[in-house]
Order: sequence, then structure tokens, then C-alpha cells
Amino acid sequence: MLKIGPYEFSSRLLLGTGKYPSLDVQKEAVEASGAEILTFAVRRMNIFSPEQPNFLEQLDLSKYKLLPNTAGAKTAEEAVRIARLAKASGLCDMIKVEVIGCDKTLLPDPIETLKAAEMLLEEGFIVLPYTSDDVVLAKRLEELGCHAIMPGASPIGSGQGIINPLHLSFIIEQANVPVIVDAGIGGPADAALAMELGADGVLLNTAVSGAADPVKMAKAMKLAVEAGRLGYEAGRIPKKRYASASSPTEGMSVV
Amino acid sequence: MTLVINGEAIAVPDEVKTVGDLLAHFRLENKLCIVEVNVRIIQKHEYETTALCDGDRVEIVHFVGGG
Repeated sequence: MLKIGPYEFSSRLLLGTGKYPSLDVQKEAVEASGAEILTFAVRRMNIFSPEQPNFLEQLDLSKYKLLPNTAGAKTAEEAVRIARLAKASGLCDMIKVEVIGCDKTLLPDPIETLKAAEMLLEEGFIVLPYTSDDVVLAKRLEELGCHAIMPGASPIGSGQGIINPLHLSFIIEQANVPVIVDAGIGGPADAALAMELGADGVLLNTAVSGAADPVKMAKAMKLAVEAGRLGYEAGRIPKKRYASASSPTEGMSVV
Repeated sequence: MTLVINGEAIAVPDEVKTVGDLLAHFRLENKLCIVEVNVRIIQKHEYETTALCDGDRVEIVHFVGGG
């Protein structure tokens, strides 16, 4: 089970809800992923077209926990404002703190992220910060009381996969709260690797929504996360420099 | 009166006196949205009692797809 604050989840895949080709594909992909936590963004509404379909309104909210993000924020204050707006919906108390510090790489601003996390924890939010893969920063966030740490695998939407497995494993080994690898996942192998490294979960969006067949990819990611987790729990063999035969060397008949 | 809604100056009829009236005017009363007036979040139970004045800055936001 994945435990975040007071909540427990059987799925370790968290799915983003942005950029799907259609609402129907999105619904099917969400279903196929088995995800129980879905991320959302908070944006201005087009008040002149109330009939516009909204994915959230078509969702069975008893089956999912919402994880709104603070995307768009560049300062701690902006992130706190977005988080408060999200909470005022009455639908959620978890927040993905996302404070971007660089427009080109979309990498998080560590100082503003830390400040925002502190302010939101004081207000009683369940706080999951998106952070860079820095073990010291992860520890600082954990010490503040964050309920999970979400280091990026590589830049958001880049699909580059895990570019620094060593740093991620430092964070995973030292954390006492769940570590969810967020951002940069490209394919199922990346998700499986994150889980094999010992991550407690994986959060991805574009890898599914941007795939040629998002529904099939959602299922692939579900299986990859499950396989990676099982592999981690099973304990993989150490890497050796030379071969070691699988078949016995005794009792060979001489031809 | 004229309100600044989501950054745009918009004239609303005189019948619109509260946040509740405003949402009804735009047929948003059953939509999942969150309202802020002059940077203060208005909770749902305050919709009918929160009066609007000329020039108020209103933000009406909702959840959209995001990662």
C-alpha cells in the first residue's frame, strides 16, 4: 500500500490529466491506468461557455483522490494562493507544490518550493512537493513535515526518463516519507526502473497523454509500475563482472 | 455595474448584487468553480451573502487537465 498522510492507495501510479487528444480517450486511459490519484491544474474559467465539458465533472469522485498542482506559480506566495483556491473547492486537501524557477527547463525553484511547502503545511494541507533530485533538499522538505517527496526524473514532458538514478536512489534510501518519481518519464521501462530503485510511486502525464495510443500506454505504465515494485520487493541479483553458469557443471555426459 | 472578471472589464445587469447572482447570471451555479473577490476566496456558503460592488476584481477558476 502507498500511504500519503492519512490516505492509503493500492495503486502506485499517479496520473496527470493534461493534454489528452479527447475526453473519451482520457477517461479510458485513466481507467486503464488503475491510478487512484489524479493531478489537475487550477485555471481561469471561460465564463462565456458554461456548457464546455470538463473532465473533472465527468469523474466518479468516490473512486479518485484529486491532487491539484500549483503549476503556473513562480513564487511561494503564488503557489499558496493557488493551493487555497484548490482547497476551497471542497474536493481535496492534498497539494502538489510546483514552483517553476526556469522557463526553459521547467525545473523547480528549490527556495520558493521550500517556502511554499512550509506555509501550506502550517495551513494543514497534505503537501507533496515536486523537487529536483537533490538529496539535501529532499531531506529539508521531509524535516518540514512534507507528506511525500516528488523528485523529477528529468525535465517535465521531456520523456528523457531517469537521467540520474544515483541521485534518485540517494533520496529513496534516506527518505522516511514516500518518494514519488515525478516528471520526465518516457516509457514503461523508465517507470519500472524508478520502482526498481525503490520509489514508492511514479507520477506521469505526457508519457501517456502524448503516446500514439494513450489507453494502451496507460495499461503499459500500470504493469510497469507493478513489475518494478515486485522486482524491488523480490530483491534483484547483484551485477557481476563475469558469467556464472545457470546449468550445473557436474554430471555432464562425455560425447 | 462593471466588474473585472478574470482580468476583463465586464458590465453586469443591476440585478446582480451578490456572488450567487453573478454565477447564476453566467449560468455557472452548478459548475465546479471557485470564486475570489478582491483576492479573498469566497466559500460556497458565503455566495449569497457576499455583495459585489462596481470595480470589484472577481476571479472565477476551475480545475483543468494538468500534470
